[in-house]
Amino acid sequence: MALLDVNGLKIYFHTRDGVVKAVDDISFSVDKGETLAIVGESGSGKSVTCYSLLDLLPKPPAKIEAGSALFDGEDLLSCSAERIRQIRGNDIAVIFQDPMTSLNPFISIGEQLIEPLIYHPDPSRRISRDAAKSRAIELLDEVGIVDPHSRFHCYAHEFSGGMRQRVMIAMALITQPRLLICDEPTTALDVTIQAQILELIKKLQQSRDMAVIFISHDLGVVAGIADKIMVMCQGTVREAADAESIFYRSDNAYTKSLLAAIPTGAKTIDNRAEAGRPLIEVSHLKTYFNDYSSPAARAEKRQVKAVDDVSLAIQRGEILGLVGESGSGKSTLGRSILQLVPTTSGTVSFDGTALSSLSTAQLMPWRKRMQMIFQDPYASLNPRMTVYQTLAEPLLYQGLADSSTIDQQVQQLMDDVGLARASMRKYPHEFSGGQRQRIAIGRAVATKPDFIVADEPVSALDVTIQAQILDLILTLVERHNLTMLFISHDLSVVRSISDRVMVMHHGVLVEQGDTEALWAKPKQTYTQNLLRAIPLADPKKERRRLSSL
Amino acid sequence: MENHTLEEEKGSSLWRDAWIKLSKNYLALFGLGVIVLLCVVSLLTPWIAPYGYEEQNLMLGASAPSYQHWLGTDIFGRDMLTRIMYGGRVSLAVGFIATAVALVIGISWGAIAGFVGGRVDAVMMRIVDIMYALPFMIFIVLLMVVFGRNILLLFLAIGAVEWLTMARIVRSQVMSLRKQEFIEAAYSMGLSKWTIIRRHIIPNTLGPVIVYTTLTIPSVMLLEAFLSFLGLGIQPPQSSWGLLINYGVETMEEYPWLLIFPGITLSLTLFALNFLGDGLRDALDPRASKD
Repeated sequence: MALLDVNGLKIYFHTRDGVVKAVDDISFSVDKGETLAIVGESGSGKSVTCYSLLDLLPKPPAKIEAGSALFDGEDLLSCSAERIRQIRGNDIAVIFQDPMTSLNPFISIGEQLIEPLIYHPDPSRRISRDAAKSRAIELLDEVGIVDPHSRFHCYAHEFSGGMRQRVMIAMALITQPRLLICDEPTTALDVTIQAQILELIKKLQQSRDMAVIFISHDLGVVAGIADKIMVMCQGTVREAADAESIFYRSDNAYTKSLLAAIPTGAKTIDNRAEAGRPLIEVSHLKTYFNDYSSPAARAEKRQVKAVDDVSLAIQRGEILGLVGESGSGKSTLGRSILQLVPTTSGTVSFDGTALSSLSTAQLMPWRKRMQMIFQDPYASLNPRMTVYQTLAEPLLYQGLADSSTIDQQVQQLMDDVGLARASMRKYPHEFSGGQRQRIAIGRAVATKPDFIVADEPVSALDVTIQAQILDLILTLVERHNLTMLFISHDLSVVRSISDRVMVMHHGVLVEQGDTEALWAKPKQTYTQNLLRAIPLADPKKERRRLSSL
Repeated sequence: MENHTLEEEKGSSLWRDAWIKLSKNYLALFGLGVIVLLCVVSLLTPWIAPYGYEEQNLMLGASAPSYQHWLGTDIFGRDMLTRIMYGGRVSLAVGFIATAVALVIGISWGAIAGFVGGRVDAVMMRIVDIMYALPFMIFIVLLMVVFGRNILLLFLAIGAVEWLTMARIVRSQVMSLRKQEFIEAAYSMGLSKWTIIRRHIIPNTLGPVIVYTTLTIPSVMLLEAFLSFLGLGIQPPQSSWGLLINYGVETMEEYPWLLIFPGITLSLTLFALNFLGDGLRDALDPRASKD
C-alpha cells in the first residue's frame, strides 16, 4: 500500500455565482521515495488538491464532496482538526512559492526553525533548546547555507531569494516529514538558483526516502525530478503516467499542448534588423542609486551601481534580448533608456536625439514613440479603470484621438491584442493573467511606438499562456515594425524571441552576440553557467544535467 | 478639448458603475435615504417646525411626550421636536462642511507630500506634526479671539484640525501606490504629474478615505458640542444635537426624554452614515463585486 492514496476526490467551491468544480473526481497515490509531479495551468485544481490534504482550504466556500485520502492508512479528509494539526506538524510538510511571505520577518530564521521542536504538541517528543539548535544548524548546513552557526541568528530579509527558499526547505524538513509537498517552489527564482533548488530537493528526497509531491505549471521544470507525472486541467486528470511515458510517448492532446508550449529552439520569424541604422544608441550609461540598505551604507553615502558604464546600440527592427539574474541591473537599464529613472551619466539617444539632455516636459512628445510592457500584469493596470479607459488614456493624452474616433480606435486595439470587444467595460480583476497582459500590451502599442521595452512580460504567466503572449508580441512586432528590448531571466524565452542577446551581470554587460551563435559558443564562464542551468524538457537528459551540477 | 472628452469618459465608468452597484445595496440606500431626509427636514425647519425654537412655556416646564409636544418639552417648556429640528441644522452643517474642509485640505496635502516625497514630504509632514502638537483648544480660542465668534469660523476651525489625520492616511496610501507599476506605466505614456495624481492616485485612495470620512462626521459633531459647551461654539437659545445631549445627560434621571430623543436622532444619523460609507467603499472598488 502506498504512503498516500487519494481516491475519488471531489472539491467544489460554492460561490454566489454557482458551484465551481475545482477538483472533480481525481485519484492518485505516492509511495515513499517517490516523486509525483502534478502539472497544470493556474486554476487546474493542482494546489487545491494538495491543500485539501492538510485542511488548508478556506471552508466555506470550499467543500469536500466525496473521496478519501489515506495517509499511512488514516483518512486525512475525515480525521479531526486536532489530528490534522499533528500530522501537519510531523508527517507532512509544505514548501510554498514565495519564501519571503512564508517567513516571519520579525523572528530570526533559527528561532522559526526550532519552534516546532521545542513547542511540539506531544510533550514526549519535545526536545531541549540546545538539542533543537544543533539539529537546526545541521539541517541548515545540509540545505547548503554557508556558515550556519552565524546565519542561525539572521532574519529573513538578510537572505537572498534562493537562500530563503533553502531556509524554507530546512523548515519543512526539521520535523522529518514522510511526505513533502512543494508548491511551485522555484517559480519565483532565477534559472541558476532554480537548478540548485531542484537538485537539493532531489538529493534530500533520496537521502531521506521521502515521498514528494511537486506542483508546477511547467512540465520542463519537473522533467528531471519526477518519477510519475499527473497532468491536470480544469479539475480533472488528463493523463497520469511515469515521466518517460509523458515526455516520450504521450498521445494525449492536452499533454502535447503543454509540451509544445515549452520554449525550445530559435526565433521562428526572420531577423528584420536593418544593420547600420541604430534606433537606440546608449553610450557609457551609468545609473547609480544611493544605498539605504543599512545605516552604515547610508552614512558612508555608498552607491549601488545598478547600471555601470553600459554602451549598446539597437538597430531598427531588431529584437534585442537582455538576460541576467535578478539584481543584475537589467530592468534598471531598460528604464534608464526610457528615461523613467534618473541616470547618473552617459547618454541615451533615440533616433539621433539625445534624450538624456531633455527636460521632463520636452520628453512628453517622445513618450509616444517609446513604450514599456511590465512584468506583473496585476500591478501594471490601474484596478479602478476599465479596459476602455486604460487603452483610451494614451491615445487621448498624446492627442492621437478625439471623441469621434476613440471608440473605434480602442476596438481596433482590442482586436489587435486578441481581446473580445464585449469586455471593454470590464475592470482588470475580471480577467486572467494572460488577458491582463494583453491589455498591458495593447496599452503599449496604442500610440504606435517605434520602440518597446518589454520587462519580463511573460515571467508571471503559465507556460501555455506564455507561448500565446510571445506569439502575440512577435505578431505585433512584425505588423507595426517595432524595435524591442526584451528583458528576461528565462533564457529559453529570450532565445525563442530575440535576434541578438546581451548578458548582464552586476550592472555590466558581460557578453553579447547573435542569439544562436551565443547559444552555440558562449565565451564567458558566467554565460556558460547560465546556459547550463536551463532545465531540459527531457527526463533522461535533465537527470544527467542535474546530477552533473 | 482633449480633457473634456476624458472627463466625459471618466464620468461614464467608475462613478457610474459605483452608482449602479450602490443602487443594489439596500442598506446603503437606506442610509442615503435617512441622510437625505434629515437634510431636507433641516432645510425646511423654519417653515415646518411646530413651534419656535426659543418659544418658552415656563408654566409647562419639563413635560413628558404628549399629543401637543410629541417628544416632550425641556425645563423651559420648549418643544423638544422643534429643538431637535433646529439643532440638526447646526449639527449637520458642522458635520458636512467641516468634514468637507478636512477632506479637501487633507487629500491634497497628503497626496502631494506622498507623491513628491523627499524634502517636500519631510517639510509638509513636519508641519502636520507641529499642528498635531499644538493644543487644539488654544488654537481655536486664538482663532475666536482674532476673528471674533462666528459660526462659519467654527466650521473652518474644526475642519482645520481634522484634516491632519486625513493627510497622514492619504500620504501613506499614495506612497505605496507611487511605486506600483501602473503609475510607472502612466509616466511612460507621457502623462503629467498632476494628471497622474488626479486619474491614477486619488481614485485608488478612496476606500480608506471614505471610511475615515464616515468616522470624522460624527466626531466633528461631538467636537462642536464640546466647543459649544465651553462657550466657544454656538450660543443658547440656539442649539445643536450635541448640546441637547449634553443638557440631557444632566437631567437624565428626572427627565429621560431630554436625553433619549436627541440621542436616538444622533445614533440614527451615525448608523445611516456608516451604512452609506460601507456601501460607497464597496461600490467604488471594482474588485469588491464578488463575495
